[in-house]
Amino acid sequence: MQNMSGMSRMLSLVMVFALGIWVTSSGLLSEIAVYEEDILYLLKQHIILVAASGGAAILVGVPIGIWLSRPIMERSAEMIMQIFNVGTTIPTLAVIALSMTLLGIGFAPAFFGLFVASLLPIVRNTYTGLLAVPRHLKEAAIGMGMTPAQMLIRVEFPNALYVVFSGIRTALAVNVGTTPLAFLIGGGGLGELIFTGIDLMDTGMLLAGAVPTALLAVFVDFVMGQAQLHLVPKGVNPLR
Amino acid sequence: MIQLENLTKTFETPRGVVVAADKVNMTVPTGEICVLLGPSGCGKTTALKMINRLIRPTSGRILINGEDTADRNTIELRRQIGYVIQQIGLFPNMTVEENICVVPRMLGWEAKPAKARAAELIDLVGLDPHHFLYRYPKELSGGQQQRIGVIRALAADPPVMLMDEPFGAIDPINREIIQNEFLKMQATLKKTIMFVSHDIDEAVKMGDKIAIFRGGRIEQYDTPDRILSHPVNAFVADFVGADRTLKRLRLVTAEMIADPGTPAVARGARPQEALQAAKAHGGRTVIVIDANHRPVAYATVEELSGAHGTVGDFAHPLPATVPARADLRAVVSEMFANDVMWLACTDDQGRFAGVVTQPAVTAMLGQSSGQPLTN
Ligand SMILES: Nc1ncnc2c1ncn2[C@@H]1O[C@H](COP(=O)(O)OP(=O)(O)OP(=O)(O)O)[C@@H](O)[C@H]1O
Ligand SMILES: [Mg+2]
Repeated sequence: MQNMSGMSRMLSLVMVFALGIWVTSSGLLSEIAVYEEDILYLLKQHIILVAASGGAAILVGVPIGIWLSRPIMERSAEMIMQIFNVGTTIPTLAVIALSMTLLGIGFAPAFFGLFVASLLPIVRNTYTGLLAVPRHLKEAAIGMGMTPAQMLIRVEFPNALYVVFSGIRTALAVNVGTTPLAFLIGGGGLGELIFTGIDLMDTGMLLAGAVPTALLAVFVDFVMGQAQLHLVPKGVNPLR
Repeated sequence: MIQLENLTKTFETPRGVVVAADKVNMTVPTGEICVLLGPSGCGKTTALKMINRLIRPTSGRILINGEDTADRNTIELRRQIGYVIQQIGLFPNMTVEENICVVPRMLGWEAKPAKARAAELIDLVGLDPHHFLYRYPKELSGGQQQRIGVIRALAADPPVMLMDEPFGAIDPINREIIQNEFLKMQATLKKTIMFVSHDIDEAVKMGDKIAIFRGGRIEQYDTPDRILSHPVNAFVADFVGADRTLKRLRLVTAEMIADPGTPAVARGARPQEALQAAKAHGGRTVIVIDANHRPVAYATVEELSGAHGTVGDFAHPLPATVPARADLRAVVSEMFANDVMWLACTDDQGRFAGVVTQPAVTAMLGQSSGQPLTN
């Protein structure tokens, strides 16, 4: 698993690098450079979309996952998770389209669609990560006199953190990969260059959207990888 | 002091009602170790967990130092009871130091004294603080983890400890070492301890008292020696094993049955002196000691009577000696190994401290042993 994701990360790096060489050598760089102003403007929109929807998904998803893992939710949690699971089988494009029918066009539906698409991996990993904390650890914590809140903060959550992080990482990968679609419902972002480039058969324009999107994806994944490496305590971090 | 009064616990399960504790009554005096012993599923863990209220009793009371635990704040109660679970349960996300400091910190200790306490305790179990305090549990061996589990429970110096098979997950040799370490600590700490075990040898070794459980009931609550010598029924006799008499050998040390009056003379003594001493004592052997009072040889009355010269001329070297503190199991084993009927024992400085004989061992075993009272 870990090797696989390590490999794919390497592969994407190599591909971006190769893309860079090809773009430079074929003289496309100057064609892309023409769009510099658009790129900067749209990139900003793009990043705001990713950060806002991803951040909101973390802020909402982690607490939902924690809530579902509490003993009072024991009976209903599995059913709620099933609903979430069915939710993910809907393609993201459909989610975005549905979101448009609800909220019209513009930033709001784009934000909402991306938020919903990123939510599930976070909720699921938080929930399963917390449930996977061994029973005897919880028993030791209670037996030593921890309150439920202390047990959550000091024992359960730190021990689930690696899994939670993996969920966030997956969610952000989905998010970054889906954000270009936001353009289709008027949410802006680099999708504008990509889709317009496709329509006009303008390779320069297409690449002006695609290359920053790819770089952003690699960058976000890298940052998340580093965060997972350094923020998860050493004793429960298989990477250390 | 821990008192259990008519303690009862029933679990409602899909397959009917399970009685895990059935009117359990017992008192553990302050400073003693009480071992709960019995086959799997007999309710040992349930009894233990009711004391720190991880399990709520169906009926009955638990008093700690005369105070009903049901009247106390559960969280506070638990912080004042050291708890060692069978699976050790060190928190993998915390270092050894953080693990040990959990309860002291919850009790409001400052970071500094808590850390000092952690270093002190880790030193107490023979681990190097510099090496171990900042390690994570996964970086420790099983035996080291078990030691940390025990000192974590001791960290806030609780008067009462609950230990659920604390030395279970470890090989026999290391278990023996940790048991000895723990008994040494207990000699000074004098905690009141409930100790769950399913191993009769461990129970005999660790317990001031042993409670034998079957199906949620106490079959017998007694000292290890009484349990071994007077099992109240066939179940207890069966549980402690057919070799229960031999197991009692571990409860007695050589000095408890040694005869310190056996005459000891120097190598250079005259045979007449030695004979007189032997006569006064009534035995047939004299021990020959060296300048440091160490037993080195022996001579018999027959050899010495009418002899001239010194005792040293007639002496035979001793095949072996045993420390006076050794338990009788080690003594008997040494007797068999050397094919002798008696052995000289030595004190901590190696000086002669008396003689242990096979008849004395047999007499001790016979003394209080008896048949099961009922069948
Ligand atoms: N939460 C529970 N629900 C239902 N039955 C239970 C529960 N906990 C324990 N029991 C039952 O109560 C009985 C006593 O269990 P307990 O765990 O106290 O046994 P034990 O003596 O500690 O055994 P072992 O040596 O295997 O640990 C068993 O029959 C067990 O199945
Ligand atoms: Mg048990």
